[in-house]
Amino acid sequence: MTKEKTEKPVLTDEQKRIRRKAIFNRYKAWLYLLPAIVILLIFTVWPIINTIRISMLRNYDSMQELGGATFEFGFGNFAAVARYDKFLTCLGNTMLLTVITVPISTMLALLIAVGLNSIKVFRKAFQTIFFLPYVTNSIAIGMVFMTMFQMIGRVESPVSLGIINTIIEAFGGTRVNWVNVGSNYWANIAVLSIYIIWNALPFKILVLLGGLQGVNKQYYDAAKVDGASRIRTFWRITVPLLSPMIAYVVITGFIGGFKEYSSIVGIFGESMGPVGNKGSLNTMVGFIYDNIQQNQGRASAAALILFAIIFVVTMINLYVSKKKVHY
Amino acid sequence: MEQTNIPETVPSETAPEPVSPPVKAMKEKDIKSVSVKQRVTKIFVQFVLYAFLTILAVSILFPFYWMLISSLKTLTEYNEMIPTLWPKQFCWDNYVTAFTGELDLGRLFLNTVIVGVVSTLLSLVVTIISAYAFARLEFKGKNLMFGALLATMMIPGELFTITNYITVSAFGWLNTFTVLIVPFLVSVFYIYLLRQNFMQIPNELYLAAKVDGTSDFKYLWRVMVPLSAPTLISITILKMMGAWNSYIWPRLVANDAAHKLVTVGLRGTAFMDLATNMVNYPAQMAAVVIVTIPLLLVFIFFRKYIMRGVSRSGIKG
Repeated sequence: MTKEKTEKPVLTDEQKRIRRKAIFNRYKAWLYLLPAIVILLIFTVWPIINTIRISMLRNYDSMQELGGATFEFGFGNFAAVARYDKFLTCLGNTMLLTVITVPISTMLALLIAVGLNSIKVFRKAFQTIFFLPYVTNSIAIGMVFMTMFQMIGRVESPVSLGIINTIIEAFGGTRVNWVNVGSNYWANIAVLSIYIIWNALPFKILVLLGGLQGVNKQYYDAAKVDGASRIRTFWRITVPLLSPMIAYVVITGFIGGFKEYSSIVGIFGESMGPVGNKGSLNTMVGFIYDNIQQNQGRASAAALILFAIIFVVTMINLYVSKKKVHY
Repeated sequence: MEQTNIPETVPSETAPEPVSPPVKAMKEKDIKSVSVKQRVTKIFVQFVLYAFLTILAVSILFPFYWMLISSLKTLTEYNEMIPTLWPKQFCWDNYVTAFTGELDLGRLFLNTVIVGVVSTLLSLVVTIISAYAFARLEFKGKNLMFGALLATMMIPGELFTITNYITVSAFGWLNTFTVLIVPFLVSVFYIYLLRQNFMQIPNELYLAAKVDGTSDFKYLWRVMVPLSAPTLISITILKMMGAWNSYIWPRLVANDAAHKLVTVGLRGTAFMDLATNMVNYPAQMAAVVIVTIPLLLVFIFFRKYIMRGVSRSGIKG
């Protein structure tokens, strides 16, 4: 195709056509990529640069900047965020929810996956049921969980107990103020954890079951011949062979956990806490959104901190799994 | 892989009983009793398994059940001290209230469908041509470019949102459909997924098409796209579900009645019953049912495609 280049400047129409085509071909790939590149430049690449930039500008305000204002450079936003009570609450809530829900949901998903893998009858039906939470709207179903846990009326003398408290009392327990006015922080966390685990199971089960179905049956036959107990087989064969998938669901679980937001909105609404205790259950992402309009410098600093945390946790996970994961 | 050796080499902590005795030391009687014992254990284990799975399956399903029956109760019945497990009488009016009350579900549905369909179609086109460039075309910096693209997947979306909010405000896009569609048109993950798919299509097909004088573009649409239909269906469904379930961004940038999406509307509505001055939870649950049913229908009909896409993404919606 480059031959045309060396030819004399006088070209026939046919040659011109070929030459145009050669030039077109050279840039064709970029033409195909043009829409993606333009959108990514505006909405992905620029935000990365700009977020870092405004996180280091004092009292940044985009509207003022459009009007020509300039801002002082400094790390004040990070310092302010780190000292800010509300941010520490958000960070604490996020970490707590992640630390509670990731191990429990992973363990539970592993047990369910192993269970599903060792039954024949109704397996498809069970599989379908366990996948259902995935295809739901987490805000909408969060509202359902809210109605299950809440009491109606005043907490001291409720009009309605709610189904969960009814079940608890039927088994001889005492009712708990899960989500109403004046409810205890740990009760709130318990409800959120249950909901988050309910929501997180399908993906984990899907991945782990996929992994289990790829495991060579011979390992299990060998274990049987050796007379290994089921528990032993589980810990010594299933877990090591599944370790890449387990590492995968743990890492994605941690990432998802640190970005937790909509399940709390689903249950408690925009107030991010029970009535009378606004913001008590807010998370990192919630903090970012709260500050996005009024205090963009602070929001950017928080977003970068979130990214740093996710990055570090992912690296630790990868490091640990490299040592422990059996391929 | 030395799996079978592991039980011997590791001191047994999890299982108290010693490693099984040599088989030859067993007497025939023992073997028989062992096999009976084994069968009993097996049945017991199966029983425990089914019990375990059933209990969990019920806990998974219960919220759906509760949503359905709550949506059919009258407000009076819903507010009884001990909740009833089955509505005494079906109150379909709740569904009427959900559609006609302050929520205006019809409008929300329309907005969501517009955003879902347009963004899915545009996103498919962009994804297809980009994946094609990465899979079939040769150009300088291809691998670098693709690597850079994949690297952006590691960054949490919240990092982009702040600047994107500033950008779309500056563009004057607030409260338009554009703001709900354009910023998320390019999904690096979908490009990656489709590129992998395209690369599996044998080169011979491409060469044959070339010999026949087919243009690249025609080849892409006539051969590669149909061959990748399953992946494209997965992308379509996940993208549509994403529009249906999206909350954070739409609430931030399009909160007016003309552009509000269904989830934003659902969460933002109080459902007050004016007569009793209490929250009308049955009507709220009816709205939740209406929002949930399309998702379940899609799941029933496209189960395979959803699972395919999901197992490789780990991203909800």
